[in-house]
Amino acid sequence: MESWQNQFKTAFSPSSRQKTWIWVRQNLLSTWSNVLLTLISLGIIVATLTALGTWIFTQAQWEVVTVNLRLIFVGRYPVEQIWRLWLVLLLLVTVPTLSWGAIQGWRRKESVWISCGGIGLVGAIALSNQGLESIAWLGGITGIALGGGYLGAWSQQQPWGKPLKTWLPLLWFLTFFIMLWLISGGLGLTAVSTTFWNGLLLTLLVAVVSIVLSFPLGVLLALGRQSQLPIIRVVSTGYIELVRGLPLIGILFMAQVMLPLLLPPQITVDQLVRAIAGLSLFSAAYLAETVRGGLQSIPNGQWEASRALGLSTPLTLGLIVLPQALRTVVPAIVGQFISLFKDTALLSIVGLVELTGIARSITSQAEYLGRYAEVYLVLGLIYWLFCYGMSVASRRLELPSGS
Amino acid sequence: MKAVKSQPWHHPKFWPWAAQLLVLGLIGLLVAYCGSNLVANFQQKQLSFGFDFLQSQAGFNIGETPIPYQPTDTYAQALGVGIVNSLRIMALGLVLATLMGTGIGIARLSSNWLVRQLGTVYVELFRNLPLLIQLMFWYFAVFLSAPPFEQRIRFIGDLSLSQRGLLLPNFLPRVSLLPWIICIGIGVAIARWVFRTLRRRQLEGEPASPWFMATITVVFWGCIAWVLTKEFPWNLELPAVRNNNITGGLLLTPEYSAILFGLTFYTAAFIAEIVRGGILSVPKGQWEAARSLGLKPNLTLRLVILPQALRVIVPPLTSQYLNLAKNSSLAIAVGYPDLYSVSSTTFNQTGRAVEVILLLMATYLAISLAISLVMNLYNRRIQIVER
Repeated sequence: MESWQNQFKTAFSPSSRQKTWIWVRQNLLSTWSNVLLTLISLGIIVATLTALGTWIFTQAQWEVVTVNLRLIFVGRYPVEQIWRLWLVLLLLVTVPTLSWGAIQGWRRKESVWISCGGIGLVGAIALSNQGLESIAWLGGITGIALGGGYLGAWSQQQPWGKPLKTWLPLLWFLTFFIMLWLISGGLGLTAVSTTFWNGLLLTLLVAVVSIVLSFPLGVLLALGRQSQLPIIRVVSTGYIELVRGLPLIGILFMAQVMLPLLLPPQITVDQLVRAIAGLSLFSAAYLAETVRGGLQSIPNGQWEASRALGLSTPLTLGLIVLPQALRTVVPAIVGQFISLFKDTALLSIVGLVELTGIARSITSQAEYLGRYAEVYLVLGLIYWLFCYGMSVASRRLELPSGS
Repeated sequence: MKAVKSQPWHHPKFWPWAAQLLVLGLIGLLVAYCGSNLVANFQQKQLSFGFDFLQSQAGFNIGETPIPYQPTDTYAQALGVGIVNSLRIMALGLVLATLMGTGIGIARLSSNWLVRQLGTVYVELFRNLPLLIQLMFWYFAVFLSAPPFEQRIRFIGDLSLSQRGLLLPNFLPRVSLLPWIICIGIGVAIARWVFRTLRRRQLEGEPASPWFMATITVVFWGCIAWVLTKEFPWNLELPAVRNNNITGGLLLTPEYSAILFGLTFYTAAFIAEIVRGGILSVPKGQWEAARSLGLKPNLTLRLVILPQALRVIVPPLTSQYLNLAKNSSLAIAVGYPDLYSVSSTTFNQTGRAVEVILLLMATYLAISLAISLVMNLYNRRIQIVER
């Protein structure tokens, strides 16, 4: 199972054309069945691409998307307050690039990726006539994000840069609250009601807030399930297995309908809060199983060594076991976040107007009736870019083993 | 020196138990608080608790009724229809997703570069899109955008795709199914014995062809069944269309087709990754050792690689099966009347939130439990027997 690049390299032929031919013969035409498979695959590819190409360039009417672009991204957020969302985007891009630069270093490849993303977005915005303001914002944000990446990498060569890495979680934590403040307003900014938070903005917000809230609960449940204490173990296991046996839509339904019944009659809970509560409670059970995997990967010797050093059980957990366990499961936690991000689409069924909900309202606009394929294709592209980007990043990320 | 008097909190078991009782107490308080609020809310809204509403008339229509149902029937009957509809989706979805996922997983390991790339594209595409979006795409952009029945897209004969749905051939069991089952059962039992005897002889070095003889035995008993009943046990019923009226065949509604296609394509991407990982987990030396022992490639796969790969594949496969069963509740988005959709209608009409949620939870938990039970039994069978 050699990768094809290696096979390519090991092909021993003087001329490059011959090399290519050898590669083709080995990888595409080695046996008769292989020739057949190649032909069938080529047929599938050509048929799909021509059908898709014809549809995209001749039949599809993209007006439904370009007209509603703002609706898709930020929904009915007040136009005069949109600069706050641009700032949120700035933070959302720059803090990760800064961290990536500090942890992984910043090479030309990263710059190319960020620039391509920025240019692609600018192009998309320009094609849909959204005005110069958006283009200027996007250009600026791309530039600052690039700068952040270089700054992160540069800081690691400085004597004061090493502690920066340790403080990154705090930076993320602060950024989270600043972004929340920017979106919701208050404290000097005009407050914006949650009913105006729609589209991609709401999808991202719900996903991030839910994963942040479910994280402590998930870690507690994982510890509870691994605990020696029978009552705590039974309670944690019961919760995890109960939630994992139920469909998410059922839990969201429960959060929407049951939560008001379980709270005193005078308290009314915002629909968004109920949805986030449902998602967090759901996600915590799955996160607990992920973290449990990490806990089980810590050898018993670590426990015994810290016991020998005289550390108590909570200190052992907090200082020795959990840091190692969480570091090993970071990719799995990113995976959990990706599936939570995909699951936020279900909120449209319980009446929230996030990305999928916006699509439903767009396809029911009188002048664009029946233009399902265009809207869902663009929507799918947005979801796909986020999920695929995160999964690629989590595969590439190598966390420092120390600190 | 005075001996320190032993206090109760010096006992090693004291703090663990205190902590547990504290947790228990907090949970008890939470339950009591929520319970009292629930009672207060029920009294304020003048609701009552009980499952008596199940016996009253449902009064709503259900699009697909595999078991008899009319709007004049009870809520219990309506929920029963919902459960059967859910099971219909889950059963077929599990089979199709497994077949498709296995195929794509193997394609990703193919020696053909193009096939490998196609498999990768498929997995990365379908895995990273929300299932709901895929369902809506299948429903709105494919099955509802299909041409009307008069201009249906024909595949072969009267098999077609139109706004009425997918028209496929149907397999109908005949009365002669029972004698056929008995005959084939006897045939398989004898063939097993024949196979084992011949295989032993073959291993001792005598010429014998166990596979051939076993197959012959089964075919022989099949012939006996044919002579006895003079018909096949299944009737392959092809649909026939006359004046836009369909007779015979199997008509999958657009709703059913959409949820079936969506679930199958989505879950297959995950199963493909599991299958690929499982096969890759078998060390390369196993392939080489099997080849050096003179095993043919298909025998290597069946006797050496698959048993080892299955041990890795089955546990994550179980959780994918559970996901598929749970995800079938998204059928509500395309208007397929599954259990969740019927429950939701029942709640809207009766306002019995707690009862409906309890029923819903109990049913889904029972289904999940049944799937994991079967898969765990299978898992236990294929695991290494440690001596």
